[in-house]
Amino acid sequence: MTTEQLPVLTAKDFASDQEIRWCPRCGDYSILAQMKKVLPSLGLPKEKFVFVSGIGCSSRFPYYVDTYGFHSIHGRAPAIATGVKLAAPDTQVWVITGDGDALSIGGNHLMHAIRRNVDLNIVLFNNQIYGLTKGQYSPTSPVGARTKSTPYGSIDLPLSPLSVAIGSDATFVARSVDVDIKHLTYTLERAARHRGTSFVEVYQDCNVFNSGAFFYAQKKDQKDDNLVYLEHGKPLVFGKERDKGIRVSEGNRPEIVRLADVAEDDLLFHDEQAEEPSLAFLLARMRHPEFPEPVGVFRDVDRPVYNEEVERQLEQVVEQKGDGDLEALFNSGDTWTVE
Amino acid sequence: MATDVATEPSDKPVEELETVVVRFCGDSGDGMQLAGTQFTNVSAVFGNDVSTLPDFPAEIRAPQGSLSGVSGFQVSFSSEDIFTPGDEVDTLVAMNPAALKTNVKDLKRGGTLIVNEDAFDKGNLTKAGYESNPLEEEDELAGYSVHKVPMTRLTRDSVEGLGLSQREADRCKNFFALGLVYWLYERDPKPTQEWLKAKFAKKPEIAEANMRALAGGSNYGFSTEQFAVHYSVPPAQLAPGKYRKITGNEAVAMGFAAAAKLSGKQLVYAGYPITPASDILHELSKLKHFGVKTFQAEDEIAAMSAAVGAAFGGQLAVTASSGPGICLKGEAMGLGMITELPIVIVDVQRGGPSTGLPTKTEQSDLLLAMFGRNGESPMPVVAAATPGDCFAMAQEALRIAVEHMTPVILLTDGYIANGAEPWRIPNVSDLVPIKVEHPTEPNWEEDGERSFMPYKRDENLVRPWAVPGTPGLEHRVGGLEKKDVTGNVEYSPANHHHMTKTRARKVALIADDIPEQDVHGPESGDLLVLSWGGTFGSVRTAVRKAIAKGQSVAHAHLRYLSPFPRNLGDVVASYEKVLIPELNNGQLRLVVRSEFLVDAIAFNKIAGKPFLVSELNERIDEVLNA
Repeated sequence: MTTEQLPVLTAKDFASDQEIRWCPRCGDYSILAQMKKVLPSLGLPKEKFVFVSGIGCSSRFPYYVDTYGFHSIHGRAPAIATGVKLAAPDTQVWVITGDGDALSIGGNHLMHAIRRNVDLNIVLFNNQIYGLTKGQYSPTSPVGARTKSTPYGSIDLPLSPLSVAIGSDATFVARSVDVDIKHLTYTLERAARHRGTSFVEVYQDCNVFNSGAFFYAQKKDQKDDNLVYLEHGKPLVFGKERDKGIRVSEGNRPEIVRLADVAEDDLLFHDEQAEEPSLAFLLARMRHPEFPEPVGVFRDVDRPVYNEEVERQLEQVVEQKGDGDLEALFNSGDTWTVE
Repeated sequence: MATDVATEPSDKPVEELETVVVRFCGDSGDGMQLAGTQFTNVSAVFGNDVSTLPDFPAEIRAPQGSLSGVSGFQVSFSSEDIFTPGDEVDTLVAMNPAALKTNVKDLKRGGTLIVNEDAFDKGNLTKAGYESNPLEEEDELAGYSVHKVPMTRLTRDSVEGLGLSQREADRCKNFFALGLVYWLYERDPKPTQEWLKAKFAKKPEIAEANMRALAGGSNYGFSTEQFAVHYSVPPAQLAPGKYRKITGNEAVAMGFAAAAKLSGKQLVYAGYPITPASDILHELSKLKHFGVKTFQAEDEIAAMSAAVGAAFGGQLAVTASSGPGICLKGEAMGLGMITELPIVIVDVQRGGPSTGLPTKTEQSDLLLAMFGRNGESPMPVVAAATPGDCFAMAQEALRIAVEHMTPVILLTDGYIANGAEPWRIPNVSDLVPIKVEHPTEPNWEEDGERSFMPYKRDENLVRPWAVPGTPGLEHRVGGLEKKDVTGNVEYSPANHHHMTKTRARKVALIADDIPEQDVHGPESGDLLVLSWGGTFGSVRTAVRKAIAKGQSVAHAHLRYLSPFPRNLGDVVASYEKVLIPELNNGQLRLVVRSEFLVDAIAFNKIAGKPFLVSELNERIDEVLNA
């Protein structure tokens, strides 16, 4: 028996010949760079990758990766990607989207792709603003945000992307930060390896229209106090001195505690494999500045995968009825002969 | 045995007829669609030519006994070749006062009226707006041969002893009515009995009850004094071959499945439930063993988007909907168009605008199909003429899509989608597979380096269909304007002009790949009747009658609407006048006038119903005499 040797690929192999047209210092550059690092490590040849996007700054992404790609229309990427996966089940399909694309105009498709558990890797670049249309507030912009379309401050309550994903029964949910190179690479790789829909929110700085929205999670001197890194089976500990932790108090509410004051066993231990999604949901509800915001894998569970079930059902029906016979199909029902 | 049907020769006289139109009508819960379908089946199996017109309300259960809740099923059966379900009704079965009130006007003078007199109680009469019982008024139904049958009571008697509740017993009365009409027209009940046994295999008591009701109805006709004669309609002289009955939606589904199977491709069908297109989804979802993948999407937009994705993924992609859904699909259709991917979009037209008349027929989406997208977005449009033609046109739409790398719109309508006709079963070996080609090698060389150009076109301006998974052909497509050959994003003025013209030219060139327009009747003369889509049957019948009368009239029926057949300009120029009958406000006429500068005359009907042959002949007379 011979095993076909895959050529060893590097990040460079995944760079397309297209000039990148994001603004200088946009967070998207880092996400693209980490993606190009992750792709060669997945053991698939280049032609097996498909990148599908909608509309927005992030959605230019497929042009910059030398794989199969589809820059589609606003909000529809999850539906288009579902079609790709149905037609070409042996490809690995990535959906690149933004907060407006995925949660506003495409909210319906996002929800349904996730609940079906189609084998897609959805990466949502959250910059809390509409960048491509030059600065309107988005469904993740905080209340009070002053933007081109909210000169007196936004009065819309924002959505939490992860709450939406968990509410749709996502089987893989994670969060990372654009400039956190190692963490982002690790998170994207985990997403790629998960069977079913993987949903990853990436905090991404739009330095032109919403600069600094995530400085608390990006800046070296701030992030350790404002983020808590989730690790499966480990307690939630954070802070520059790693001297603080999260405990679940009565009423199932998280609270910040000093490690000096409590035993480690009293802290909240992370379980990304919990069938019950309430822990993941509780974590998704922890928002800055009241809490450190969790990053990492919130949830990673196994459930039947839509496109695999489609194939299984096809095979099953062939087994029951035999390979489709057109002659028999045409002649089904009552027939009669005219001499 | 109680389920035996009176088939022995009765001493009542039998009169032979050529064509008969029967309409069953009742409350939407009375099972009229089922009765009509069964009558159609037994007539088709017997060898008559048949044509049907189901007519039902949009509400699943409109208020019981109300005028809006009346559901009807009309079937014409004949010993001759027929194209329409008939203008006038010979025998009307009315199960309640509302059904009588809304349908009796279509019964021809002297026609047979069979009513369930048990349903003519005060409550039902009031709901139907009758101040007194029309069955008891002398003048009210004069001119018809009225048969008052206590169907509810007789049905209950027929099923007695089976332990059915009264409600269950009453649900059998459509089969009692059916049995009576079977006797009246000498129909063999066997296919219906077989159907009942199969349908209620798990509830044999229900099958038995319905068979008893069916027999009860027949025996009632046989033995009572009410019916003095009954009738026979001999088999039609159809072209030799094996036949089955088919509706347009069934034919569309089979056409797609056959095309995919023969081409060695999977069919990916993405749809969202909508009247009157849902049956296509239902039919295809049964055909998984043909490699058919059906995806019931979260909305119309997702269905279209998934079809675009499936086409990019390399399978035959199809979606179907009706007007409101097609509006929602518009943006993604444009995406399919600019990315030049093969997709078929079926529009089973219904009465519009907006939600309109969901269960009624209309031809008012022609301009939507041709122009209903932003920007210059040409898309081939084809239309099926009859239920059986849906089989051919579904395959043809897919062929054009694949061979010319473009989305194609297939127009059908509620009338042919739900209507049935005998269909000569084709030989599988006569069907032509679609040539599907996926490149496996780069198609470009520059400075010694080979690469793949996704928009490098062939002589028909068709780009290659490279599919994900093919090494070396990785490429990106998208909705932004692209440079020809490379497919890279390109906004330059000259390029946009060039690409817009190229896409239009590509679709226009399809005219060389479709048949020329044929004409029924003289090649030139006083009048050309030009029609399209589901009106074929009525228009062809009317033109035949006109020709038989000695009028100088010809009929051209369009199945290709964009591009038009290449000789259409010559055809319309060969007649003094052109009349365009349409079930809309003049959409084809608008296009024909602008395309050929011909002063075509309109005949528009926007009533949710197909043309009557008589009204077409009246209009033809009028135009000729003007």
